[in-house]
Amino acid sequence: MRATQPFNPVLVLLAGLCALFFVLPLVGLLARTPWASAPGILSDQNVQSALKLSLVCSLASTVLACFLGVPLAWVLARLRFPGKSLLRGITTLPMVLPPVVGGVALLLAFGRRGLIGEPIATATGFGLPFTTPGVIVAEAFVAMPFLVITVEAGLRSMDVRFEEAARTLGAGRWTVFRRVTLPLIGPSLAAGAVLAWSRALGEFGATITFAGNFPGTTQTAPLAIYIGLESQQVPSAVMLSLLLIVVSLAVLVALRGRYLGDA
Amino acid sequence: MEARLRLRLGRFDLDVELGVEPGKVAALLGPNGAGKTTVLRALAGLLPLTEGRVVVDGHVLEDAALGVRIPAERRPIGMVFQDYLLFPHLSVLENVAFGLRSRGVRRAQARRAAAVWLARLGLPSVGDARPGTLSGGQQQRVALARALATDPRMLLLDEPLSALDASIRADVRRDLRRHLGEFPGVNLLVTHDPLEAIALADHLIVVEGGRILQAGPPAEVTEHPRSSYVADLVGVNLLRGRAFGDRVEVDGGGRLEVVRAGTGQVFAVIPPRSVSVWRSRPVGSPRNVWVGRATGLDLLGDRVRVRVEGRPGVVAEVTPAAVAELGLAEGMDVWVSVKATDVRVYSV
Repeated sequence: MRATQPFNPVLVLLAGLCALFFVLPLVGLLARTPWASAPGILSDQNVQSALKLSLVCSLASTVLACFLGVPLAWVLARLRFPGKSLLRGITTLPMVLPPVVGGVALLLAFGRRGLIGEPIATATGFGLPFTTPGVIVAEAFVAMPFLVITVEAGLRSMDVRFEEAARTLGAGRWTVFRRVTLPLIGPSLAAGAVLAWSRALGEFGATITFAGNFPGTTQTAPLAIYIGLESQQVPSAVMLSLLLIVVSLAVLVALRGRYLGDA
Repeated sequence: MEARLRLRLGRFDLDVELGVEPGKVAALLGPNGAGKTTVLRALAGLLPLTEGRVVVDGHVLEDAALGVRIPAERRPIGMVFQDYLLFPHLSVLENVAFGLRSRGVRRAQARRAAAVWLARLGLPSVGDARPGTLSGGQQQRVALARALATDPRMLLLDEPLSALDASIRADVRRDLRRHLGEFPGVNLLVTHDPLEAIALADHLIVVEGGRILQAGPPAEVTEHPRSSYVADLVGVNLLRGRAFGDRVEVDGGGRLEVVRAGTGQVFAVIPPRSVSVWRSRPVGSPRNVWVGRATGLDLLGDRVRVRVEGRPGVVAEVTPAAVAELGLAEGMDVWVSVKATDVRVYSV
């Protein structure tokens, strides 16, 4: 707070209430954390595979999101074509859509009886739903929009004359993209990737709808937490929740300090 | 370099023809929005022509009629941008090596060549620095080194000095003049500063509204202004009219007695110091005497510029003492006189 900022007790009070609103659930979780049985829970087969699956799938979906989302962001930021705002709307829809709806839509498109899924399944016998790749697809579906909008904003705020300067120096379009555009939007790309990754890590609705809930292949940590609560295994649910919180908080703090300005 | 450039950008319409010899420095001079930068961008291949062609060093880079268009990255042209646009994520050395790397030169070799260029431009020890840590003058030299490192046939410089502090501009200008002199290809720079243009260039091209108003050696252009833009830059009165022997009928009203005007459309130039201002009709020799109204007085150094509306309207330059003596003030009716021998006349 700067010295010149007058103290406003009402705002400070409300802000304090707001902070409590976020802090109390954390405290509740910490208070109920079964520290004594933590080693046992963490070495549990199901808990471990859920954690491992969460990490692998969220990272894989982030890679997928970068691979496909950066080109989409580039197209949205740089090209002019009819229907662009519609395309932007559709590709960012999963941000506001209930994830369950996303899962249903994915099933109808890529399921064994789906629009694309059926011909693929009949031709190759391969079906995405209820497999680990299905988890990755579901997570990417929900998480990619965060990367796309962040990278698009980065591309828009970047001075495109740097790309022109590179071209006058003899750089073709790929060299320009690789050596100028990508490094200059690096911070946006990193921020977008981290946002997408944390969204993927917490993904629940689309995953359980599209990929199901099979321990070892599709049961990620959020699913395991939910199942744990349902089946009266509260301690392991609390432990997993705490782990997810720690990871997310670490990411948020690192991100805020480095990329969102204000440290 | 030979070019005819025709293109349209929104409402702006560019139509110019340029020719610059290798080893020469040409300056595009004109006010903001004249289309100077557009000319550079079109030559560099960053803007497509709707009509015209670009030929550099005997190679056709673009010919709208033939559908030929070499992309920017394959033109033998180096460009120094107004704010230099040094890549902030690369070191100074990597910036200078960028062009060679883009052309497939191996990393180590490109870096060696870049180091040579930096040394040649008097920056032997800044290679590892980030461009943002350099002074404006150093950044300009890095930008120059980066453009020259690709061994271009033509060098384009967009307002090369405008991003610099006034205090260092003269020094940087002198260095730049030397570097441009050593470059064997075509130099084309853009500026809105006539002093910069005259100091750096062998050839002036005055542009306004997407058209070339005048081109020639600096002395020729300043001696015989053909536009009010150049006349204002040089600080003379430029009138246009029709000559009838020893008389010029000025467009917009008024007549001037002159010496040997010839016939036809002419420009008449009157230096402001040759215009005398009086409270009452002067007696004596001046052949041109007319009445007008003083509409503006500006102190300019140790002289006062007096704008007089009349037929024709002119600017006079008098001493502050004369202003005091005459009791001159804005809005006052005055007489002006100009000797016939002080009016320079040349055909349009």
